[in-house]
Amino acid sequence: MKMTIKYFGMIAETAEKSEEILDLKSGFSVQDLKDLQVQKYKIADPEAVQIAVNQDLNSNLDLKEGDEVAFLPPFSGG
Amino acid sequence: MRYDRQITLDEVGVSGQEKLSKASVLIIGVGGLGCPAAQYLVGAGVGKIGLMDHDKVSISNLHRQVLYSESDIGKSKALVAQEKLQQLNSEIEIVAIEEALSIENAEKLFRQYDIILDGTDNFETKYLINDACILADKPWVYASIYKNEGQLSVFNYQGGPSYRCLFPKTTRQNVSCEATGVLGVVPGIFGMLQAMEILKIVLGAGNVLSGKLKLSNLLNGSEQILKLQKREEEIEKIKENGIIPVIIECKISDDSKLYLDIREIFEQPRITSEKVIQIPMSDLDERLWEIPKKKEVFVFCQSGKRSKKVVDLLKAEYGFENLKNVEGGIDTIISNS
Repeated sequence: MKMTIKYFGMIAETAEKSEEILDLKSGFSVQDLKDLQVQKYKIADPEAVQIAVNQDLNSNLDLKEGDEVAFLPPFSGG
Repeated sequence: MRYDRQITLDEVGVSGQEKLSKASVLIIGVGGLGCPAAQYLVGAGVGKIGLMDHDKVSISNLHRQVLYSESDIGKSKALVAQEKLQQLNSEIEIVAIEEALSIENAEKLFRQYDIILDGTDNFETKYLINDACILADKPWVYASIYKNEGQLSVFNYQGGPSYRCLFPKTTRQNVSCEATGVLGVVPGIFGMLQAMEILKIVLGAGNVLSGKLKLSNLLNGSEQILKLQKREEEIEKIKENGIIPVIIECKISDDSKLYLDIREIFEQPRITSEKVIQIPMSDLDERLWEIPKKKEVFVFCQSGKRSKKVVDLLKAEYGFENLKNVEGGIDTIISNS
């Protein structure tokens, strides 16, 4: 199942991209995807990173073909 | 008339202007976000505005905190802002609070205002604002910046989600605009968006950004609004236990060296390492014996200024020849991974 992954803040910097399309095997959960990307891009402090699926930060969602998944770290600047 | 151009709007009118004149807003941090927010809220005639900042104006603030002038360098931000903003509007009450927000003063202070505006640049204070707003039952308007990106939301508004609902797990990666770099326009825009949310709340107009998080990247023009989930347990734990202090811990990037941390114990981030001797400047007199004299010791504080004084003093008065100041303070020695 193909989906669009978006990265924000520092994650976009470590991934060196703000968006990419991934083809994942079916049954992949949000947590599986997070674990995979955390390892791939060495995302710091993964516990603090929030995941939105189709612009929804509710964490209990399943992934399906065509979803848009966002990786959101906390920011603190002002 | 001063407010004619906004009273003409259906959303404002004479009754809306009346609401604004009776409203009160506390701005925490009069910096990149707080300055523009304050300017427009003062202009709009919000009746009472508190300006809280314990910092002083520095030259590197001026590119984004355009309320201040070169002649203000070294002066209290809260006092300078109060004086300048009072010139913009003498009909409203502006209160300068030259203190840092703390667990001790937050809730009591928040009870004196209707809405809190977060103009801070660190996670500790954001969680503190969140918790105190839950206890004092006040909405707060949040914004944070990372380089060209910003986040915006209204928390604790009419039973809506809180900051802990968005980020239940705290992070040690405190990154201020000083550390990452930022174009002044970015906090400028977000500060004004915060002011707009406040006007909407006071006027009861439009859609308040509660239960949602707005993300904008001003460099590539992309924008998203994410739906937020309320986590009751994150709100209940504050109501039951009170404010939960956030302690940010960091590691030293080069722990082959020996360090002396002379910051007071409330200053963050804290360093967890055996290679760091922690003696707050206020205790130095009694604890000098703890500092080794034979090994090289790197002395640091938040910015490098106090530690320089300490190094010079200990060298001149007590013969410590082995001390070196960490120029630029703690940010230059902590590890980012």
